[in-house]
Amino acid sequence: MANLKDLSKQKELFTGGHRACAGCGAVIVARQVLAVAGPNTVVTNATGCLEVVSTIFPYTAWNVPFIHSAFENAAATISGVEALYKSWVRQGKYNKKVNFIAFGGDGGTYDIGLQALSGAAERGHNILYVCYSNEAYMNTGIQRSGATPKGADTTTAPVGKIKKGKEQFRKNLTEIMVAHDIPYVAQSVVGNWRDLTSKVEKALSMEGPKFINVLQPCRLGWSYKPELTCEMGRLAADCCVWPLYEVVNGQYKITYKPKEKKALSEWINAQGRFRHLLKPENKSMLDEMQAKTDKLWEGLLKKEASA
Amino acid sequence: MAKTNIAAITGNEAMAEAMRQINPDVVAAYPITPATEIVQIFASCVADGLVDTEFVPVESEHSAMSACIGASAAGGRTMTSTSSQGLALMAEMLYIAAGLRLPIVLADVNRALSSPINIHCDHSDTMMVRDSGWIQIFSENAQEAYDNMVQAVKIAETASLPVIVTTDGFIISHGMERVELIDDKEVKDFVGQKKLGHYLLNLEKPITVGALDLQDYYFEHRRQLAEAMKESKAIILDIAKEFKAKTGRSYGLFEVYNLEDAECAILAMGSTAGTTKVVVDALRAKGIKAGLLKPRVFRPFPKEEIANAIKNIKAVAVLDRSDSLNGHEGPLCAEVKAALFDKGINKGVLNYIYGLGGREIGLEDIGSVYKDLGELINGKKKDKITYLGVRE
Repeated sequence: MANLKDLSKQKELFTGGHRACAGCGAVIVARQVLAVAGPNTVVTNATGCLEVVSTIFPYTAWNVPFIHSAFENAAATISGVEALYKSWVRQGKYNKKVNFIAFGGDGGTYDIGLQALSGAAERGHNILYVCYSNEAYMNTGIQRSGATPKGADTTTAPVGKIKKGKEQFRKNLTEIMVAHDIPYVAQSVVGNWRDLTSKVEKALSMEGPKFINVLQPCRLGWSYKPELTCEMGRLAADCCVWPLYEVVNGQYKITYKPKEKKALSEWINAQGRFRHLLKPENKSMLDEMQAKTDKLWEGLLKKEASA
Repeated sequence: MAKTNIAAITGNEAMAEAMRQINPDVVAAYPITPATEIVQIFASCVADGLVDTEFVPVESEHSAMSACIGASAAGGRTMTSTSSQGLALMAEMLYIAAGLRLPIVLADVNRALSSPINIHCDHSDTMMVRDSGWIQIFSENAQEAYDNMVQAVKIAETASLPVIVTTDGFIISHGMERVELIDDKEVKDFVGQKKLGHYLLNLEKPITVGALDLQDYYFEHRRQLAEAMKESKAIILDIAKEFKAKTGRSYGLFEVYNLEDAECAILAMGSTAGTTKVVVDALRAKGIKAGLLKPRVFRPFPKEEIANAIKNIKAVAVLDRSDSLNGHEGPLCAEVKAALFDKGINKGVLNYIYGLGGREIGLEDIGSVYKDLGELINGKKKDKITYLGVRE
């Protein structure tokens, strides 16, 4: 398992100079994933914040081979790269060991990218798919996605005179990927570098499709001070609103259990996108969200216990 | 000259056979009628260990082209096949493949676009993507389908542009013909090894493919694409020369049939050109100077050459197996008219939209077109556009 000192000595495979917002969590994900994966890695990236800020021609922040083709197909694109690799290895034309990693935001993964991801998982490609979920289509201006939590204020499910933000609970993509029966599925978060890097390391040590869903606080979309991104990620884990766990060949393991489970209201309090939920008339919505959070957390504890 | 084997095979079988011999690194494909067989036959080749290809049975055509783009950018020789709705679904990615200058080869079995849903032949699918930056080569028959596939790989890799090779759905794709095949070794010699330039699997020289261009670079990149399309014309002719040296079979930007001294001529692409040749023969036997020009390369459009070839013909009819719904004429006719106009040739060109959704076009129909041309020559006024064979 890599330690912080070793990781910080690596050559930077994701350089500075990109155009991400101050406090952006997505670029933290990219940098930490690549620090573990190393230079023998080919990356594909769906259209979205990470791709857009890091590849403005004639500049690139990527020190590894990188391809972006479109929005909904990071998984299909990397499938093609990996297929060529398999072909060349079989033909005796290539013999290095290479990691194939796809990055997609929640937009390009939960919604428009779900088909390609599902197909790649079913076909068993040797790839790692990292979803950096900031819970909305952030790059185009904070529109709701299938990953947006209930009650969040977004520009396409805004808080108004009669509506109170997103009305639906978010999709559980992590569990959808567990149902695909792939070797490794995990949830992690920006702000717990040890959790994320150890999960990436574990995933890359396995053959077959791997999926890691990383909650990525977005200071602009969630409305908090830019220097609080990592703290925000840790708060999500402490409130159990984004449990950190992994499923290895169907066995559940929760990788972080808070000493004291914090109330969801702390999570709500910390971000402008939930501000309206603090109003007394919205208390029932807050209660609903706490109940759902608790239900999911209890469910995970049970799944871990039955392993 | 290369050794020839004679086979009785369909257009789909011919294209699949070419693919087997080419032995691409990756084929990513999704089934759709009437192209499905190409991929099925190829999958059998994979299952029998006859090729080195990694076959990716993707979950949609959009993913098929996405995977092809990934494989091609990674350095591989990549092929696929589709029709109609499949081509439409991957249209986004077709533009991207061309913009990224990837030498992917796609066998499109021409089929009508929905709605209404129809599985039969017309050219609306490839016409839909005529602005995508893909070279488009139309095949008249199974022999041409085979020959075009073999040449396409080399054309694509030399021009750094993706190539579509067509056949008419069901008519050619499922019609059995006598086809001259060349030896496996000769095909491999002809296509050679893919020259690797920049490619993703080159870990020593990492590249970023598919960057974002702002207003300061997009235009330059697209200008380069336009230039590449222009330059591909010469490349297509060079490779045809090499192919002729190997097989004795001649190919160009188009084929002329009894055109040199013709007074009336039809321009038609695909299998209908074959039917037209039969009509031309019959008319010539009666002393009527009928001719045919069969465009083979639709993109890049051989504007100068076609205008020169028909400039002295008294009356010309362009047959379009698709409609571009601009209210006046079909896509091939529009290109031909523009070609003539630029040469200062003001000749009445009659347009016939025919064969949509697999509507049969026979000897009598084509005969009626030549009859119309004859009447036009005799000073009779004719409709600028006719929907041939429809019940009105």
